[in-house]
Amino acid sequence: MTEPNALLTLKDVTKRFPGVVAVDRVSLEVWPGEVHALLGENGAGKTTLVSLLYGLYPPDEGEIFWRGRPVRIRSPQEAIRLGIGLVPQHPLLVRAHTVLENLALGMPRGFLFPTRGLEDRIAELTRHYGFRFDPHAPVWQLSEGEKQRVEIVRALLQGARLLILDEPTSVLTPQEARELFKVIRRMRAEGEAVIFISHKLDEVLEVADRISVLRKGRLVGTIPREKADKAELARMMVGRQVSFERRKPPPRPGEVVLELAEVHASSDRGLPALRGVDLRVRAGEILGLAGVAGSGQRELVEVVTGLRRPERGEVRVLGRAPWSRRRPRIAHIPEDRRRQGVAGGLDLAENLILHDYARPPFARGPLLDRRAVYAFAREQIARYRIDPPDPRTPARLLSGGNLQKLILARELHGEPPLIVAVHPTYGLDVGATELVHELLIEQSRGGAAVLLVSEDLDEVLALADRVAVIQNGRIVGEVPAEAADRERIGLWMAGVEA
Amino acid sequence: MRRIGPFLIEKDLVAPPGRVLAVSTAALVLAFLAAGLVFWAYGVSPWAAYRTIFSETLLSPSGFAEGVRRAIPLLLAGVGLVLAFRGQFWNIGAEGQLLLGAVAAAGVALFAPLPDLLKLPVMFLAGFAAGGLWAALPALLKLRLGVNDVLTTLMLNYVAVYLVEWLIHGPWRGRTAFGFAYSDRFPEAAMLPLLPGTYVHWPTLLVALLAAVTAWFVLARTVWGYPVRVTGDNPEAARYAHMPVFWVVFGVALASGGLAGLAGVGEVAGVHGRLLGAYQISLGYGYTAIIVAWLARGNPLGAVLTALFMGLVFASGDVMKIALQMPFRVTDVFNGLILFFLISTERLLYYRVRWAPARKEH
Repeated sequence: MTEPNALLTLKDVTKRFPGVVAVDRVSLEVWPGEVHALLGENGAGKTTLVSLLYGLYPPDEGEIFWRGRPVRIRSPQEAIRLGIGLVPQHPLLVRAHTVLENLALGMPRGFLFPTRGLEDRIAELTRHYGFRFDPHAPVWQLSEGEKQRVEIVRALLQGARLLILDEPTSVLTPQEARELFKVIRRMRAEGEAVIFISHKLDEVLEVADRISVLRKGRLVGTIPREKADKAELARMMVGRQVSFERRKPPPRPGEVVLELAEVHASSDRGLPALRGVDLRVRAGEILGLAGVAGSGQRELVEVVTGLRRPERGEVRVLGRAPWSRRRPRIAHIPEDRRRQGVAGGLDLAENLILHDYARPPFARGPLLDRRAVYAFAREQIARYRIDPPDPRTPARLLSGGNLQKLILARELHGEPPLIVAVHPTYGLDVGATELVHELLIEQSRGGAAVLLVSEDLDEVLALADRVAVIQNGRIVGEVPAEAADRERIGLWMAGVEA
Repeated sequence: MRRIGPFLIEKDLVAPPGRVLAVSTAALVLAFLAAGLVFWAYGVSPWAAYRTIFSETLLSPSGFAEGVRRAIPLLLAGVGLVLAFRGQFWNIGAEGQLLLGAVAAAGVALFAPLPDLLKLPVMFLAGFAAGGLWAALPALLKLRLGVNDVLTTLMLNYVAVYLVEWLIHGPWRGRTAFGFAYSDRFPEAAMLPLLPGTYVHWPTLLVALLAAVTAWFVLARTVWGYPVRVTGDNPEAARYAHMPVFWVVFGVALASGGLAGLAGVGEVAGVHGRLLGAYQISLGYGYTAIIVAWLARGNPLGAVLTALFMGLVFASGDVMKIALQMPFRVTDVFNGLILFFLISTERLLYYRVRWAPARKEH
């Protein structure tokens, strides 16, 4: 028997892939006017579940009911016809076309572009939900947040009564995320149902009415928002107790390791990105750099790690320019670990020697000592518990968390006096995030200077000893972490109080 | 994952070697079938044609030796292209680099006052340098100005062709050529020795095999090869790791141009004995070497096999011309078909087809 008033009901839905049960007898209900969060670590089965609902593949077992009637959803078209809309994690839009043209593409039928009439409906929807975008702007000009809103409007235009948002905040700045939550609340008020997929506890607690937690394909439980708290959710998600308190010994700042004075640099497009940055990081402390995306963080990181020459100003790491041959070791945990941090076709062991391949013990004269390379790899794999533990695994087969462990193992090797960590926990699950945080604290207390660049203000506040804010290529404010006040930092980030 | 009838089609992240072999073989078989259609349209029974080709190349010693002779320039240029492609230098200009090697060798053979013993070694060195230079130019344009290397290397092929034509019609035209457009014959000391009873100029073959082994070793086992592999896999990661990307690209460009240049030396000093028309020197070896490199899938040792295979395809062109009265250029059709099927089956490497009949659903 299914609940007749539920919009969507899953009963014992199971999906197997070779060697793994991705979704294991999951049953849940989604009500009209409800924001239902699906919470789980990477690989818990969230995305598979969504794919089943959106008709990307059929369940092996179990039943799906829509408004109380059993349905088989064979394709996304059928899902849309029923009233199920999906907002994908990465927007699927034609970059060269305008917003209007992209939306027209998603509309049923019409041989020629049915843009007439569509514009009025878009205007109505955007007014209603408080979206702001220009329907005639080409998509490539839009920010990630704006593109996501276009996807939402597309689903609404198609008549979605149930909107699935797949990790919607992963591409958003905190401000954009807040905007999104407003829209979600508005939809709930209209009687729409929303499935909100995430692995971030805070935002789930902020926006959801009920929370279903998945772990290893199984539904651990569904609890109403009022009865949920962070520690309990984390325990359900990970299967064990998780501590959010970072026990951080007090910093013992030593000598200045990184020093920037009046640094000016341009972006790849040749536009000024840094406009006179002054910054110092001492040994034994963590400096957190907060800022809205695109405020000059990338260029700053590249200048500090020696990948970009500044146009003016001084950059010194222990007294040397970071692009000089005799620079000290600088650990760089890159922004995009898959695109920058590894050569995916090379194996684990070969990726671990990315910086040291030309030095002993890995090089003997011009020859690579493969025995030394693989011995080192086995050592690091054991130490960081990288999975799979075979040093011959191509790096691109690693999950996000294991990839980050590989990068940490490589970068933290050899006691680097300076560590530059850029969004080090982005997209990682709770367990891996914990590990990254612990390692960064350990390294700094062991005498390394750490520059932590993150758009996640919570992370910055939890880890940093001092917080600096970058805005439009300048450091606009700096405070000790214990005196940091979120509101004030927010204003700095927005450039209100320069 | 998709279902077609009783088959399940699944996506894989890695292509297992067995499947690579199976898919490549399937592509070749398809190419042979398609070429069979061409034979049939030409009025030759495909079955008879393939039987003739097979017995005249693989089963006849002299036919096989012809295949080996054609494989020599293909292997040299092919190993070079494997290196270039691994280092993200998209060299389509092996043809031109080969011709430049031939020009340099002819220059040394005809005009350099050298003792006999030094003639051939200097010809090889000059050929390597000239081919390398011809590739270094587009490499520099790419590295310094961001000019597309596919276009520049391709265009330089035509420059090389006209350079050869100008030389043999103009300044280097032979006194003994009687109005024909080619140079004088090389002196005996500038000619490569042949394996008795064949036209296989064995010193070049030796150099080519050595090049394949060396290239493999350098790539897999040395501190020079490692950054090439990283750059080829992910240029962003190479930049992130402060690798000398400039020298990696410039290095593979020089090596690939140089090896193609050596192929040119072998052709003039081992086969023709003089500098003659560009299309007589090369038969498009530089282009076919792209197929050789592609088939070898980034492995210089694999190029030994694929070069031999393509050499036999060329040798079968001779058979078709003589035994079947078809134009030699049918080999171009062959080559084109092979490349076409190889590239179009590339995606299949990452899919696995499983027999899994659907269970009864209610």
